[in-house]
Amino acid sequence: MQPTTKHEPGAARDPASNTNTMTLGVDLRAIHSPDAISSGPAECLRVENLSLYYGETRALHDIQLVIPERCVTAFIGPSGCGKSTLLRCFNRMNELIQGVRIEGSIKLRGENIYDPTVNVANLRRRVGMVFQKPNPFPKSIYENVAYGLRIQGIKNRRVLDRAVERALRDAALWDEVRDRIHESALGLSGGQQQRLVIARAIAIEPEVLLLDEPASALDPLSTLKIEELVYELKQNYTIVIVTHNMQQAARVSDYTAFMYLGDLIEFGETKHLFTKPKQKRTEDYITGRYG
Amino acid sequence: MTPNPRPSFTHWLKSGNPWVWMTAGAVSLSLVMVFGLLLIIAINGLAHFWPARVAKVVQERADGTHETLLGEFVDAETVTAARVRDSGGRVPPDATVVKRLLLKVGNRDLGDSDFRWVPEPEITTPDYPAEAVVIERSEWGNFYGFITGLSEHGKALDGANVWAELAPRLQRGHDLREQIAHIEKREIGSVNYQLEQLRLRERVLGKAGDTAGQQALLAPRAVLEARFAALSDTLAGLNSEIKRDGLLVTTVTGVERTIPIEKIVRLYRPNQMRWREKIAHYCVKLGEFVSDEPREANTEGGVFPAIFGTVLMVMVMSVLVTPFGVIAAVYLREYAKPGPITSAIRIAVNNLAGVPSVVYGVFGFGFFVYFLGGNIDRLFFADKLPAPTFGTPGLLWSALTLALLTVPVVIVATEEGLARIPRAIREGSLALGATKAETLWRTVLPMATPAMMTGLILAVARAAGEVAPLMMVGVVKLAPSLPLDGDFPYLHLDRKFMHLGFHIFDVGFQSPNVEAARPLVYATALLLVVIIMSLNLAAIQIRNRLREKYNAADH
Repeated sequence: MQPTTKHEPGAARDPASNTNTMTLGVDLRAIHSPDAISSGPAECLRVENLSLYYGETRALHDIQLVIPERCVTAFIGPSGCGKSTLLRCFNRMNELIQGVRIEGSIKLRGENIYDPTVNVANLRRRVGMVFQKPNPFPKSIYENVAYGLRIQGIKNRRVLDRAVERALRDAALWDEVRDRIHESALGLSGGQQQRLVIARAIAIEPEVLLLDEPASALDPLSTLKIEELVYELKQNYTIVIVTHNMQQAARVSDYTAFMYLGDLIEFGETKHLFTKPKQKRTEDYITGRYG
Repeated sequence: MTPNPRPSFTHWLKSGNPWVWMTAGAVSLSLVMVFGLLLIIAINGLAHFWPARVAKVVQERADGTHETLLGEFVDAETVTAARVRDSGGRVPPDATVVKRLLLKVGNRDLGDSDFRWVPEPEITTPDYPAEAVVIERSEWGNFYGFITGLSEHGKALDGANVWAELAPRLQRGHDLREQIAHIEKREIGSVNYQLEQLRLRERVLGKAGDTAGQQALLAPRAVLEARFAALSDTLAGLNSEIKRDGLLVTTVTGVERTIPIEKIVRLYRPNQMRWREKIAHYCVKLGEFVSDEPREANTEGGVFPAIFGTVLMVMVMSVLVTPFGVIAAVYLREYAKPGPITSAIRIAVNNLAGVPSVVYGVFGFGFFVYFLGGNIDRLFFADKLPAPTFGTPGLLWSALTLALLTVPVVIVATEEGLARIPRAIREGSLALGATKAETLWRTVLPMATPAMMTGLILAVARAAGEVAPLMMVGVVKLAPSLPLDGDFPYLHLDRKFMHLGFHIFDVGFQSPNVEAARPLVYATALLLVVIIMSLNLAAIQIRNRLREKYNAADH
């Protein structure tokens, strides 16, 4: 069931990438729009020469990308362009699919997550993920949020209580559920469920939070709440969000990556990418000419 | 705008109506058959316990002899007159069909048969004497006749008010019988069991040449033997006590008898009973049927050991089959690489469900009883040999054989359940840093419990009704003791047991007294159906509760 993964020591390519903290402006020569970020936050994730194959089909082509720390980075692009696939590379979720092969490397704070010595469960603790459709476990609200902590072996009731409350507060759900925290999570509305799932993800205090179209199954009001939440959460987390909705990307993200047919076409600060796209295809897409 | 002139046959066929009729018809037919069967079983089985009136008729045979008969009408059938004439019956010359009646006359110790077919033309109109009494005895079946008096130590009591005196004497007999039964079954049984354990320990010590150890066992042995002697004395005293009273009775033809009180189970005058008394009597009889031990080669008394054996065996089987089936299903679905070997295993598992159950019985006998049981005996119970402990048919082997028979059902159902758990749930758990095993234990398996219960329900339904394999691996006609009692280790999985399904077969087809046994076959069959149904309902209830808890799969 394990996919074959190849690891290329991408470090040799650019000596600067070995340093943990650096300004993004220095090493952006490797990516498509070198001058997109002139100065700013430190690097959190670095994708180098990443290619992904489903069997013989190549779904990602040689992606080069740096995700900055404590910012919201959005992936946009038409359906099937590989943005979800790329997102799922950050916590090695693609390995669950049979016949997936990955080349290249992704570094989380300088550490290659595709290194054979990396403990996948540990990695996923550091890189949390929220899926397109809310997927709460058929347990109580409390147990859903405490799930990740219990996995880590935390049994102390007081520690759990505190962590659950904090996570629910951070996910802006506490006030709505505080009276029924021990009732089934399946009784919540779709929007609440999605915020619960976010609370569940941040309860274990990950470094990165991956959001895979988190609002696509929700009504506008819930979507708004999720977006506000994303804005709040970026104070503490590095957030990568995949979205179909360009307005959403424009609203919530600091950086945006446009992908098309498995290629990273353009990456840059959101305000620049949406107002002055450098690539023709980006412009066509954001103006609605295709996709 | 010409309207469709008239509905044609093809039109009707295309409308889909025939389908509705056909499918609905099939469902109704099945329902009628199921409920009809249950109704027949219920009527025949439940009527048996009703206190029927005792009729007195005079039969005049073709050869002119007269005989007075006293008994219950239990059945009637219409036969051709020629057949009755051929067998020497008296039939009016112009009759073509004749009704014959089955009369239960009892008194098996006096006559040759306790059931008699009599052609209706041969008998007078029945009358129902109020004093006619039915005595249920612990031997020889029912007695039908009249009470004439009481006796004590073999001497008739004169001038006593028989009915007033009878009740306390019956009660006394009943109490003494209970005491005797208690001493025989419980106390002496327990002493015997301990003596046997002691004997085995002594044998082990003897083999090891430990004479000092053997000496040390003498004291507890003497204590037990003294207790045994004391109990025997008490028993002898009780036995002579209980023999004091007798009941003087006469049959309808005037044969005098003395029935010892100790042999009387129940005594009643059905022709005098009012409705309330009859209903009370009926309930008592029904209660006795489900809570008592069988008497008279299983044709009288109750079926409690069989109920107990059936339920216990099914429970032990469930405990064995669930983990096996679930573990196998988890491996096949979650860990095994999909490929030709996995498919082959899956096909083999599915085919196991189609193997005739008798084959499992033979396998269980050869593998479990002889091989496994024999080796267990050699390894752990060597000091008891040559008497086998596990190397003989018993409850454990029956449960294991049936577990093997039903494990495919559990595997298939659990696999289905695991396949239905949404990927999103698994990924959600993995994304929180859970390993695959943690995801399985904490999320996937709990969510699959309703499916496992479905498998278990099907397994129980199949196992509880299975008889053929059990005949080889542990079921007996009459088990001396229940597989659960007060002696350590309380649950005796090595013991043989009784089973309702086998009881039906045994009473119905192996019984010396077919007529007496027939209603019991119906009653036992009804009981078996009821028990299987309640086991299933209980399991379904649990499953529904689990489903409510984990209804995420339906979203």
